[in-house]
Formats: sequence, structure tokens, C-alpha cells
Amino acid sequence: MNKILPILTVVAAIFVLWYAAAIGMNKKWALDQAGRAGIELSTNDLIADTWSQDRPVLPVPHQVAQELWKTTGAMVLKGRAMSKRSLIFHGWITLSATLLGFVIGTGAGILLAVGIVHNRAMDMSVMPWAIASQTIPILAIAPMIIVVLNSVGIQGLLPKAFISAYLSFFPVVVGMVKGLRSPDGMQLDLLRTYSASGNETFWKLRLPSSMPYLFTSLKIGMAAALVGAIVGELPTGAIRGLGARMLTGSYYGQTIQIWSALFAAAILAASLVGIIGMIERRMLKRMGVKP
Amino acid sequence: MTETPVIEARNLDLTFETNDGPIHALKGVDLTINKGDFVSFIGPSGCGKTTFLRVVAALEHPTGGEITVNGMSPDEARRQRAYGYVFQAAGLYPWRTIGGNIKLPLEIMGYSKEKQKEQVDRVLELVDLAGFAKKFPWQLSGGMQQRASIARALAFDAEILLMDEPFGALDEIVRDHLNEQLLELWGRTQKTIGFVTHSIPEAVYLSTKIVVMSPRPGRITDVIESPLPKERPLDIRDTPEFLEVAHRVREGLRAGHAYD
Repeated sequence: MNKILPILTVVAAIFVLWYAAAIGMNKKWALDQAGRAGIELSTNDLIADTWSQDRPVLPVPHQVAQELWKTTGAMVLKGRAMSKRSLIFHGWITLSATLLGFVIGTGAGILLAVGIVHNRAMDMSVMPWAIASQTIPILAIAPMIIVVLNSVGIQGLLPKAFISAYLSFFPVVVGMVKGLRSPDGMQLDLLRTYSASGNETFWKLRLPSSMPYLFTSLKIGMAAALVGAIVGELPTGAIRGLGARMLTGSYYGQTIQIWSALFAAAILAASLVGIIGMIERRMLKRMGVKP
Repeated sequence: MTETPVIEARNLDLTFETNDGPIHALKGVDLTINKGDFVSFIGPSGCGKTTFLRVVAALEHPTGGEITVNGMSPDEARRQRAYGYVFQAAGLYPWRTIGGNIKLPLEIMGYSKEKQKEQVDRVLELVDLAGFAKKFPWQLSGGMQQRASIARALAFDAEILLMDEPFGALDEIVRDHLNEQLLELWGRTQKTIGFVTHSIPEAVYLSTKIVVMSPRPGRITDVIESPLPKERPLDIRDTPEFLEVAHRVREGLRAGHAYD
């Protein structure tokens, strides 16, 4: 209860600002329309109009919420959850690319980290490249990945997943390298006194020690993977997915559609990160970490 | 008791090459530790007492001289599970229970599941922690954690126990208690113990042989055979014999310091 009150206060403050900003931003259109029709708008009418336009500059929360409901819950009730107008359908397209990319990125990240920790040559060579890879704007490289993969006959889910993986492997590499190196000299010496092999050291000490680091990285990686999937839909003329939904929204000035897609993406990201957090708590509890 | 040498060092040298030039961690160290001895190494920081223990454990390798453990090189001795090592911190894995921690060396050494369980119960009994196998380390006090780490070092029945300031991080009262328990354990198991410490009373109370060392270069300045009986209640520390040994240790430490 103590936590809910501050959160609600902040949300309320955001809503107040939002509605106020909508009045300012949508006023021009409302006044233009009224001027053309030769009508004088009272203040109340003006405010009501700015909060209910079809294509406002800034849609207000209840419009976004209505649109979200119309394209998700209402579609489900009508039994058309997977129709092309449903955000559930578009969300699923983006989610599948996100998850596939996340799995590829996490796998690659963990493998690279293991290599970096165990092999001096990789330690010296891989990290600078990994860092360099993240300095390239993803928006610049995404179309090229799609074009190149398309030319070798890879289409559909995979190119987007690769862009997701490209963004999500990095936090996993950084986190896992740190995690696998977290055991101190004493811990490593202890295993040496048992004549433990490198393999045993990895499975019994390094990997368990790295778990808290891994989960932190996974949360960042998951959010990055979603961004990657959406970006992968933007420059490619895709017609399905949350990114495509935002893009078509902007072509036709459907601001409400853009905002509802934005919110759908945010809700999706929050849920995915929340799920990882849940797995983390379960896992660390099973590992006996002090509650 | 027959005097069987277990650890023998002859003219042992160890020099670390650092960016600031060589550091003589050990120079010309001669020492024989017999079976069943309780040997304490005492001296100021940098005198090489921990380094000597690490050489015995094959965690460091000497740059000169000879050392044998059970008549073998330290590396061979380690492969034969000649010793258990107790570090300054308990270093228990937080994700394993106490029992799981004690099983760690047993898993690596390929003990069967039944044998593992048997050993865990036996050594927990030895360190007075019976019934704690299913607890996690954070549920135990610092002293209990260190006892668990001693149990872990005992788990695979090594004849030698090497202890590097095992009670250094604990408070005086807990330390007294653990010292008493350690003596009792030593009496029961007949292990050979090498024990590094900063504390003169601790060294005198525990040991049959006290090795006084001094730094730069790390070397032995005095080896004192303790005249105290094997049975030692805590209040032996107030007897004249005890104070006399402590005095000699202090003199040895002072002599070492006169060099710098």
C-alpha cells in the first residue's frame, strides 16, 4: 500500500500534464475548424474538442486506452483476435521476432563471454568489436541486414530476429564476463587445492557465481531485443508487427494508432522484463540466496 | 610418538618478480614438520608465512631449494589429496547448503553419493555442527561458517590440515572457543596441522612447534618446541610456562624487526 500511493501520485501528475498539453497542441486544429464553419467555440467546447479529435497532434490517455481496447479486448470478444486490425496479432508478430532474437542474442552473448573468460586471444580481440558493434546506429544497419539476408534467401522472422539479437547480445556479454570473473582469488585457489579441472571450476564456481549478473543482463537484453524487432519492422516496408503499425499510423496521420502501438510495445516490454524478474527471484531463491 | 617427517623444506627460496623489482618472499627456509605436529607460523605481514603454506599446497612454486610433502613434490601430494586447506575467510558457496559445500571437494574427487553423505555427517559431527547440513551459509554465524569450512577441508580425510589465519576475522571470544575446539579436534584426529597466525597467545596456546618469521627477505628467525603438555585447558595461558614461551616468541619477533 505504501508503494502504491506515490506511484498513483506520479501517474496522476502525468495525466494532468498530458491532458493540459493536449489542449495546447490540439487547439489550433479545433479553432481552424470552428473558424471555417463560422462557429464561436466556448472554452468548454474547445477543451472537449481537443480531447476527442480523430487525428489529434497529441491524443489524450482515454483515447489511447479506447483504441487499445478496441484493437485487443474487443477483438477477442468478437473472436477476431488474430485479424489484421488486432494489436494482439501485430504484437505477436513482434513478440515472436523478439523472443527468437533474444534467444539467439543471449546464446551468442553467453558463448562469447565464456570464450572471453577462458581464452586470452578472445579476451583481447572480441570485446573491442562487441563495443564497436553497439556504436553503429541500428537504424542504419537494419535495412542492410534485411537486404543481405534476403539476397541469400532468408526472409520473414529471421532477419528481424537477427536485428534483435544484434542489440541484445551485448549486455549479456558484458554482464556474463563480469559474472564469470566474479569469483575471487581465494575461491579459485580453493578449487585448485582440490585439483579441480577448468570444466569443474566453470560449472561449480564460475557459472553459479554469474547468475545474478546474468539476470540483470537478460532484463536489459530483453528490452533491447524488443527495440530491435520494432526497428527491424520500420525501414523495411513491413505490414505486420508493432513497428509496421507505428509506421502506417504515421503515413496516414493516425496518431491514436501510433500511440496505442507505442503503449502496446511498452506493456509488452514491461511484461517480458517482469517475467524475467520472476524467474530470477525463483531461481535465486532455489539457490538459497538470503531473502 | 615416532618422528616421521611429513613436510621437509631445504634452503627454500621464492622470489616474486614485480614491476618494482624482485620481492624475496622466502629466503633459505629450512624446516621439518613431523607427523602429528601442530606447527604455527607467526610473524609480521610480508614475512612469508602464508607464502610458505601456499608453497606446501602447491599454490605457489619455489624458485630455489627443495620441498617435499609426504616424500613427494607438493603437486604430487596435492593429487594424492595429502592436505586440506582452510582460508582466512570461510568462502562457503552461498548457493550451496552447508552439506552441499562440504560435498564440493567430494564431488570433484569422485566420491559416491552414499560415501559423500556419510563423510558430511561425520565431519559435521567433528566440528560440532551436526544437524546443520541443510542450512545455508547466511543462516550461520561467522564462527560457525569457519567451522563448516574446516569440516570441508577435513571431508576427504587428508592427513595434513593447512590453515591460513582461519580465525583472523573473528572476535576474541569466538576465537578462544574455536581454538579450544581445534585443539580437541587435533587430539582426536591426529592430523598434522600448519597454522598461520598473527596472534602470539593463539600460536603458543595451539602449537607443539612455533616458527617465528621475519620479513624482507622472508625467513625463519626461531623455531620453538613448546614444552606445554598436549592437554591444554584455556587457563593454561596464565601459567609461567606459557608466559615464558610467549616471551620467547615476542623476543624472536623483535629480533626479526631489528633488521629494518
